[in-house]
Amino acid sequence: MSTQAHQAGAGFFRKYLWATDHKIIAMQYLFTGMIMAIIGGFMAYVFRMQLAFPSQHVPGYGVVSPGEYNSLVTMHGTIMIFWVAMPVLIAAFGNFLIPLMVGCDDMAFPRINRLSFQVFFLSAVVLLASFLVKGGAFGGAWTAYPPLSASGAYNLEPIGASMWLVAVALEFVAFLLGGINFVVTTLNGRAPGMKMYDIPIMVWMVVLASILFMFSVGPLIAGAVMLFFDQNLGTGFYNPTQGGDPLLWQHLFWFFGHPEVYVVLLPAMGIVAEVLSVFSRKKLFGYKTVLHTAWGVGVLSFVVWAHHQFVAGIDPRMANVFTITTLLISIPVAEMVFVYIATLYGGSIRLTTPMLWALAFIAEFMIGGVSGIFLGASASDIYFHDTYFLVAHFHYTFFPIAFIAVFAGLTYWYPKMFGRMLNETLGKIHFWGTIIAVNVIFIPLFITGAAGDQRRIYSYAQFSEQARPGLQDLRMTATFALLVFIAFQFVFLFNFLWSLRRGKRAEANPWLANTLEWTVPSPPPHGNFAELPTVYRGPYEYGSPGRELDYWPQNAPS
Amino acid sequence: MMKPIATSRSATGIPTARLVTWWVIASEIFIFGGLLASYVMHRLAHPEWAAAAAHTNEWAGGFNTFVLLTSSLSAVLAHKAADSGDGPKAARFLRLTALGGVIFLTVKAFEWTHEIREGFVLASGGFWSFYYFVAGLHALHVLAGLIIMLFVAVDAAKNQELQRVECVGLYWHFVDIIWIFLFPLLYIAR
Amino acid sequence: MLERFLTGASTFSPSIDHLIFLIAAIVGFWLIVAEACLFWLIFKYRHKEGRASQYVTGEEKHLKRWISVPHMLVIACDVLIIVAAVKVWMSVKQNFPPAQETVRVFGQQWAWSFQQPGADGVLDTADDIFTVDDLHVKVNTTYYFELRSRDVVHSFSIPSFRLKQDAVPGRTITGWFRADRLGTYDIQCTQICGVGHAFMAGRIVVETPQEHAAWIERATNPSLEARAAPAVSATDGSPVAEVRQ
Ligand code: HEA
Ligand code: HEA
Ligand code: CUA
Ligand SMILES: [Cu+2]
Repeated sequence: MSTQAHQAGAGFFRKYLWATDHKIIAMQYLFTGMIMAIIGGFMAYVFRMQLAFPSQHVPGYGVVSPGEYNSLVTMHGTIMIFWVAMPVLIAAFGNFLIPLMVGCDDMAFPRINRLSFQVFFLSAVVLLASFLVKGGAFGGAWTAYPPLSASGAYNLEPIGASMWLVAVALEFVAFLLGGINFVVTTLNGRAPGMKMYDIPIMVWMVVLASILFMFSVGPLIAGAVMLFFDQNLGTGFYNPTQGGDPLLWQHLFWFFGHPEVYVVLLPAMGIVAEVLSVFSRKKLFGYKTVLHTAWGVGVLSFVVWAHHQFVAGIDPRMANVFTITTLLISIPVAEMVFVYIATLYGGSIRLTTPMLWALAFIAEFMIGGVSGIFLGASASDIYFHDTYFLVAHFHYTFFPIAFIAVFAGLTYWYPKMFGRMLNETLGKIHFWGTIIAVNVIFIPLFITGAAGDQRRIYSYAQFSEQARPGLQDLRMTATFALLVFIAFQFVFLFNFLWSLRRGKRAEANPWLANTLEWTVPSPPPHGNFAELPTVYRGPYEYGSPGRELDYWPQNAPS
Repeated sequence: MMKPIATSRSATGIPTARLVTWWVIASEIFIFGGLLASYVMHRLAHPEWAAAAAHTNEWAGGFNTFVLLTSSLSAVLAHKAADSGDGPKAARFLRLTALGGVIFLTVKAFEWTHEIREGFVLASGGFWSFYYFVAGLHALHVLAGLIIMLFVAVDAAKNQELQRVECVGLYWHFVDIIWIFLFPLLYIAR
Repeated sequence: MLERFLTGASTFSPSIDHLIFLIAAIVGFWLIVAEACLFWLIFKYRHKEGRASQYVTGEEKHLKRWISVPHMLVIACDVLIIVAAVKVWMSVKQNFPPAQETVRVFGQQWAWSFQQPGADGVLDTADDIFTVDDLHVKVNTTYYFELRSRDVVHSFSIPSFRLKQDAVPGRTITGWFRADRLGTYDIQCTQICGVGHAFMAGRIVVETPQEHAAWIERATNPSLEARAAPAVSATDGSPVAEVRQ
């Protein structure tokens, strides 16, 4: 937050809750996302404690009942995806960076931007309030399959279920509104001279993510209204006895749900691209390849959805089609990853904290990606579907995206956002603690999954095969590692807050980077540029031969 | 509030306002697209819904189709007038278009009152659930469109923000085209 | 490979296990190669005083090979995996061997109930056996199961058989299995179905034809069953309930 941030008084409301400045809106999203991350992380702590020590008192929470367990898991999943990954990766970074990176003074529609955050904030309030209503928060999983989600008689949380649905729908609206600005500002608000291929990859990725989101979410919005009617007005869109079909929801949900995972993947990839090239002082290996593979991922992501439904009762012949498309999507993703690795070739790599995070992203995401192949192959998914192997798969993709890439981005842009440098030593302690702990959390879960642990289970006592000795040790290992993980997050929070006031003052361009946001003071003033820039070259001209400096800002006349 | 420079830039050459309109229309197409696809799949699986569909009033629906098509024409004329810089004339055509919307909604209200009197409500079975939901969502779009149109007309009459005339017109055509899909699917298909 | 984590007990479990091994070998190889490249490059090109970075755009032909060759190889691997997966899938979920026995499986909040033919081997006759959370099958016999749900979506899963199929209200989904190893195995519900999801546990007992005949005998004759209850009960000790539909 800029120095103005510390003014209190009547101006506060106008400035921070009614602000239209893209940087302030970005901070609103960032801080809301961080608070939600802490809430979602706390839920993970509670239910992991329950899994390690069934039915015992969880410090800070109490005894977990089966119904509460389901609510916690559901809310954890929903929060982490919709209220952490999306707001932080797309809305916070997108809002902060797009106007700065394309060289203009604000978003094209600042008031729509403000509305977007307000709707988003409201959605978060509705979601959290559902914990307080009669029956408690919704516990039918983040996928909310009807008839369970459609009827209070089945889920026992009639109010919670509707509130969950309303909150999610509002969140969708917020991101549809936000998408307007990301796309329009990038297309139309670019600085003179900035051609399509001069746009930083980060900006492209946010734009692509917004487009993917917009195309995939429409049917689900309609579907959510139908589910709401089923819950509250007695219709039977998903009820077979009234002529409906429960599988309809699954199709609508996954038609959105699968593209959604790439909606968060792409901005994470964008952050990593920026950080990699700056700290290896290298041009991105094949800018166009990255862009084309991102488009490829986007297009393919619309035709793989039923790989979540191989055994859900769809026509088994369909599974073959979706196996093919699912495996095909590994090609552009693999290519993108290879390009990132190749970027290091010939570089001069500086292992700063942001760079460590970016490299760790690649290393960890590959594990998550290849584990997806086991699930994409229909026949092996018969076994792995809804086991902890799947849980480990998506945490090895989501965790790198929602935390590792975010930490890369935060540590990299922190000087620009707040005008201060973070402490490197604390940053590295946090990095190593987090990376080691997170692998110790999720590798055991691959094993328990392979041994048959099914997901969303309160206690395995009922299942003799799952109660075998050894498996409980693995579950406890994961929980202990989570405790270690949480302990290291305090290092981050301390570093973050302490540096806000005590950190070394940041210059305009501390990392010697090329993109336009580094040409303005840190933090950027209202209106960003004293004089709006003109762009002469692409964003990744590092180590250009025949130049004294190894970097070449986009706006420097040649 | 001062407008940022970003709002007036146009690096692609496409006016910003038009880009937004297309974005909104595209996202709406996907909402209606998903809905109609769901409806069609169910309809094919339930031939017995034809009996329920027979209770709809094709004449009212047909008349409404005619009304919407005519109003689209006046939206085009409004755009023409705005392009030639004649704000007051554009405003008149916009109000005429909005009138079409009002007629559409009035007919719709009578139709639904009649059907509800006969006992067909939202929860009366698969067909009726889709019928009220799809047509109701469309009617909400008509309502939203005509309110926006009246606001745009106020500005246009003062020769202000004339670029908005085209945008609201585009939106109106979209609402119109959706109806062209709904009408046969809901009223005529047997 | 999967055997190390959970023994297989049906005729298709080896084919699924082999597929998993094949995928593990292929993607494991790629993962190791990619991670090795990553770490090697980080080490090789670490910052050294006086060594500037090279200017490489990634468009150079001789460098592009480093992307395009792996690209083709990944496609080849994908094709291999697709073919293997589809082959196994067809044999498990599409082309069923002829049925020797048929049972009905009902998912409900929060129990599995089963309808099995009695001594006559035919369903829907007076001697049908109805059990809850307890299914008895003959070893080396091809069973069809007709899966239904009475309320919400459940998922009928026998991990040792590598078998999983959702039970969807409004549909009857047929599948098959052929157990080839004696013993008692878990039946799980793998789709969240409400507060009792974690308690929706069943057992499947794979037994010899003689044992099975004896079980049918006991189950159709309630007085015998009462005495023999401990032998056929679920492991939680409660006697097998008899529910008539
Ligand atoms: C952002 C998160 C994210 C990402 C990026 C992915 C990426 C992929 N996912 Fe994942 N997935 C989830 C999040 C994600 N997933 C979630 C949340 C669920 C569960 C939802 C729920 O049920 O709650 C899920 C579930 C899920 C399923 C359903 C399983 C089931 O329910 O039974 C499947 C099945 O196909 C699947 C496959 C894949 C594949 C093939 C990829 C691919 O994109 C991965 C491609 C990447 C690589 C392959 C790695 C790099 C390549 C190499 C190192 C080269 C070598 C590779 C080969 C030779 C193939 N995922
Ligand atoms: C982005 C997605 C995301 C992320 C990051 C996580 C993070 C974690 N998840 Fe989660 N998880 C899901 C998405 C995610 N999860 C989903 C979708 C499901 C399925 C739900 C369902 O079944 O319906 C699920 C389910 C799930 C299960 C399965 C439960 C079950 O089936 O019974 C488990 C079990 O261990 C688990 C554990 C964890 C743990 C230990 C973490 C830890 O990594 C979390 C640690 C995080 C913290 C302690 C917070 C720290 C906060 C800060 C440091 C503040 C700063 C933050 C920022 C800068 C952003 N998760
Ligand atoms: Cu039945 Cu879970
Ligand atoms: Cu998917």
